[in-house]
Amino acid sequence: MKYIKYLLFGVLFGIVLVKAEMISWFRIQEMFRMQSFHMYGIIGSAVATGLLSVWLIRRFNIKTIHGETVVIPEKKFNKGQIYGGLLFGLGWAMTGACPGPLFAQAGTGAAAVGVTILAAIAGTWLYGRFREKLPH
Amino acid sequence: MIAFLQQPWPWYVAGPLIGLLVPALLLTGNKTFGISSNFRHICAACAPANISFFNYNWRKESWNLIFALGILAGGVVAAQWLGNGQPASIHPALAAELSLHGVHPEAAIVPSSLFGIDQIFTLRGLILMIGGGLLVGFGTRYAGGCTSGHSIMGLSSLQWPSLVATIAFMAGGFLMANLILPQILAL
Repeated sequence: MKYIKYLLFGVLFGIVLVKAEMISWFRIQEMFRMQSFHMYGIIGSAVATGLLSVWLIRRFNIKTIHGETVVIPEKKFNKGQIYGGLLFGLGWAMTGACPGPLFAQAGTGAAAVGVTILAAIAGTWLYGRFREKLPH
Repeated sequence: MIAFLQQPWPWYVAGPLIGLLVPALLLTGNKTFGISSNFRHICAACAPANISFFNYNWRKESWNLIFALGILAGGVVAAQWLGNGQPASIHPALAAELSLHGVHPEAAIVPSSLFGIDQIFTLRGLILMIGGGLLVGFGTRYAGGCTSGHSIMGLSSLQWPSLVATIAFMAGGFLMANLILPQILAL
């Protein structure tokens, strides 16, 4: 039961992804062709809202509902963010979806997206399998 | 109210709602927003194969799998009850380019002429679905996150490696959409 809130957050996120057409293959194509401001507006205002929230949490030391201090793990730089980022970007423009939207697309009844999700799981497995041989 | 919700939502409604997921997850359970880790958890749960990268207690991260399940359920709710059945209105230049390859805007979120079940065994469909999926899974894990984990969560907490990753995501996307995808669509 303690996980029910995450289910609800997910449902809300899924509805927003669909209704703002962020999971539309066409909107992603428009974004990468600079034909529409829509996706830039969404990502930009999401980051602005997130920035303000994190700043407020830190500035006023706002605790979680369980009274814990909020901890945000530090991301360490490695070359994977460049190589992996480029590879993901290629896949993003092909599928018209990043990982969150893939789940939402499948929910809208696009059954073939199940194949894309399985391929993404396989891609992650391949990364794990060959991780030590890759430049980081 | 329902009629209002059935319209496509503007960016200035959707963006802040998504941004609010950052404090919502932090303040209700000290969780950081991110989706692509779920692919790793699924590997760890189903096929760890003695690979050290998949040898960890994925059950501790099961909140994130529940979150992903919620996204899927949200997709069902939105498509069943909040849709308006209208084809996507897209930029005329994009429409013209795509119609050359037999791809047309439709009510569905993804064009069935590329991502339909019957396209799985065509070269074009195979490259886009399997190839694209592999790149998304491999690339996000190699980069240590996706649009949610890096571009939204990472940038919101002023982490510069996330800015590097976001620039790389966009560079890859521009390259694919403008230079490579037209070749794939022509197949």
